[in-house]
Amino acid sequence: MSNRSQLISTGKPFQFDRERDAEFERLSTRYPTRESLILPALWLIQEQEGWICQEALAYAADRIGTFASKLYEAVTFYTMFHLHPMGRNHICVCRTLSCWLLGKQEIVDFLKNEIGITPGQISEDGRFSLEEVECLGHCGTAPVVQVNGEFHENMDAGKLKELLATLP
Amino acid sequence: MEVKILSAKFHIDNANTLAVAISHGAYSTLDKLFAMQPAEVIEEVKKSGLRGRGGAGFPAGMKWGFLPKNTGKPVYLAVNSDESEPATFKDRYILVKDPHMLIEGIIICSYAIDCHDAYIYIRGEYTTQVKILQAAIDEAYAAGYLGASIAGRDFKLDVTIHRGAGAYICGEETALLESIEGQKGQPRSKPPFPAVAGLYGCPTIINNVQTIASLPFIITNGADAYKAHGTEKSPGTHLFGISGHVEKPGMYELPLGLPILEVIDKMAGGVWKGRKLKGIIPGGSSTPVLLPEEAKDVTLDYESMAAHKTMFGSGGIVVLDETVDIVQLVENLISFYHHESCGQCTPCREGLGWMLKIVQKILRGEGVIEDVLLLRELCDNIEMKTVCVLSAACTMPVRSYLDKFRQEFLAYVPTASPAAQEKQE
Repeated sequence: MSNRSQLISTGKPFQFDRERDAEFERLSTRYPTRESLILPALWLIQEQEGWICQEALAYAADRIGTFASKLYEAVTFYTMFHLHPMGRNHICVCRTLSCWLLGKQEIVDFLKNEIGITPGQISEDGRFSLEEVECLGHCGTAPVVQVNGEFHENMDAGKLKELLATLP
Repeated sequence: MEVKILSAKFHIDNANTLAVAISHGAYSTLDKLFAMQPAEVIEEVKKSGLRGRGGAGFPAGMKWGFLPKNTGKPVYLAVNSDESEPATFKDRYILVKDPHMLIEGIIICSYAIDCHDAYIYIRGEYTTQVKILQAAIDEAYAAGYLGASIAGRDFKLDVTIHRGAGAYICGEETALLESIEGQKGQPRSKPPFPAVAGLYGCPTIINNVQTIASLPFIITNGADAYKAHGTEKSPGTHLFGISGHVEKPGMYELPLGLPILEVIDKMAGGVWKGRKLKGIIPGGSSTPVLLPEEAKDVTLDYESMAAHKTMFGSGGIVVLDETVDIVQLVENLISFYHHESCGQCTPCREGLGWMLKIVQKILRGEGVIEDVLLLRELCDNIEMKTVCVLSAACTMPVRSYLDKFRQEFLAYVPTASPAAQEKQE
């Protein structure tokens, strides 16, 4: 098992902040079973903290009333959940068909040179993490890059250079 | 060529907001809807001939008719907004440009099937789309179009967005249900079909975003107005996403039945850079490729695609120019499906990985003729040996590339002299 799948303990207790707590309670009324709250709860944790630690996973399992193993199963099956902190700017490059046809590799090569990391890595200063992902659903404006959830379409090295300069 | 039914409000600024949407007719169908009996709504949708726009093309009204009556269980609606098939990017335009058309469609479908809890399953990657859709749902609740009493009528409906988290398989209808229930997205065996035993074991209808968004037009204007577009067996319009090597890639709403080459030339500006056409993927990455000479007679409808041994799929057309290395393309394709296999069935989990290793070996120049033959044989042996069609979504197109571009594979095989090939055959 790779490090990507291992739960990390922060040694600190976790709880939802007020906004997430309210959203969790709202969603609790929408499903007839508690286990349906697994994916929504994991999203709320990740939105709050940026990643999912051992304590947060145990907290969500407790709130839902299920086994922590059910949540562990979900976080390791669904690829968008992070089990360790990512860079301040998480860059996803679509690697699939239309983006591949229209220059995805040049995008990845440019990023390798510019920020010095390959897909799957985090830069030493913690500023960037880079990931190649499967189809992002923006094939008509390929190649596409998603940074911190925002889509950037029709990308090329020049546009990427400008974009990187604007990131914290 | 374009007919704007679904995309009528796409060019209007802020049509995603309730005020602008209403000023352009949103929710105006509800008076007529609630004056109809649910069975009449189902009958109108059946008459329209609307086919499911997720890929399979099953008649929507007929699917609704499969719901068992008087089970004493609630009926659920799951709107499929997973849209993860490579080359498919149509539904997100509806989510972002006209989400109230989708919500109105959900009200229509829910009323017809007596559903009071609808879920929109949206892929996790659609971050900005989720925000816009949720804002539209919140506005609809505040205005009384959703909630305890829809538009003042004695009809309750809650709509909840359920976000996926990066699994293509969750676009498969039963995996989608598993995912809403909090499980890994692993498909269920059918039967029972979801209409009988779906979400939480209850009768459930699963329809694609575009299917549901087509309903306001059908109810407002009647089935005949919808059938006035398209062909007899494939009526209506479709949002076609055209990508790849064309001058003007993008999303175009067109009536079904138009010649595929004409659409590529007239709408998408033809093959880019003055290059030659090498192949067309007609309906998303899972559909078998068409050679230029095969495409001459192909029209954009379910029947013509089937007659040419490919599929209409999601309407995601990819144009390949003469420079595309087909073996590299196949590696990209298999890599996607191998990565997205849920792991439940051995032929898919192990077989697609095996196929990937073989094609990578061929690409490294280490392949032999037997590898090319084995790749072809694996397609036949994996297909239809699994719970769902994810593996077939890989093997069907790969077989078409192997059969139609065989020489390209053999060109990577150092020992594939014409004499050696003849011996193998």
